[in-house]
Amino acid sequence: MKVRILVSFKDSVLDPQGQTVKNALHTLGYHFIKEARQGKVFELDLESISREEAKTLIPEIADKVLANPIIEKFSWQILDEK
Amino acid sequence: MKFGVVVFPGSNCDHDTVFSLKDVLGQDAFFLWHKDHDLRGADCVVLPGGFAYGDYLRSGAIARFSPLMREVGEFAGRGGMVLGICNGFQVLLEMNLLEGAMIRNKRLKFLCQYVHIRVENEQTVFTSKARKSQVLRIPIAHFDGNYFAPAETLEELEREGRVVFRYSDESGNITEEANVNGSLHNIAGIINRGGNVLGLMPHPERASELLLGSADGRVIFESMIETLKSRI
Repeated sequence: MKVRILVSFKDSVLDPQGQTVKNALHTLGYHFIKEARQGKVFELDLESISREEAKTLIPEIADKVLANPIIEKFSWQILDEK
Repeated sequence: MKFGVVVFPGSNCDHDTVFSLKDVLGQDAFFLWHKDHDLRGADCVVLPGGFAYGDYLRSGAIARFSPLMREVGEFAGRGGMVLGICNGFQVLLEMNLLEGAMIRNKRLKFLCQYVHIRVENEQTVFTSKARKSQVLRIPIAHFDGNYFAPAETLEELEREGRVVFRYSDESGNITEEANVNGSLHNIAGIINRGGNVLGLMPHPERASELLLGSADGRVIFESMIETLKSRI
């Protein structure tokens, strides 16, 4: 089973990297970009674990390690099941 | 006094810190390997600057799970003196021994330069030998030093006098221009509620001898030494 976890800054946190991306896009003429936020993507390949267990353990991992809850939020999804 | 300086894979200010404490200030300073489980009787633990675990994931995020950090956490919980410098400060934040988090510097540049910081609270065990509002000239060297904390945490830190150092100009004025990394409230260093854990981004060990360009960092180490001596 593969899962994808998306970690990004909370809306209340300034994202200097996202702002730079936005400015660069504006410079290139893409003025319709209103806001840009940058984040991180993690893809984990799991073994010997049920879907139900993943539902408990993946948020636990995201909260404890992959994201810093003070500044970041996360979302996740199961990509496939074989 | 005994100072244990924790060495992570990627620490690069560990030797400078031991040198400052041992050779410059005449203390018993030694390295503590992050995989050990023994603080070897240290009176104070220092988490030095560097890039622990390459700062992958987030600065300090993986170092937090090093075996020795369990002992460091317990030591801090018992009131033991812990100093985190730069990357060490980031580790303390990730460990939740201090509140807040670091994000990338506002102009997305690695900053390696002298800055001025104003002592905002000279009544801590890390600043007792400093004068009120004393301005220190100490170098910084970091990519992620842009201090962030939620509004209620900031208010709490301010109210409780736990902002210990703030970026200022040479005369001690707290200006936006002096706030090189974009930290909220110009915060350069904070202390925990117990008053025994301090984190700061500037490197006092790089400013411990005039030969290095500044000896202003010594006042921090000297305050710590005096405090520890007074406890014997």
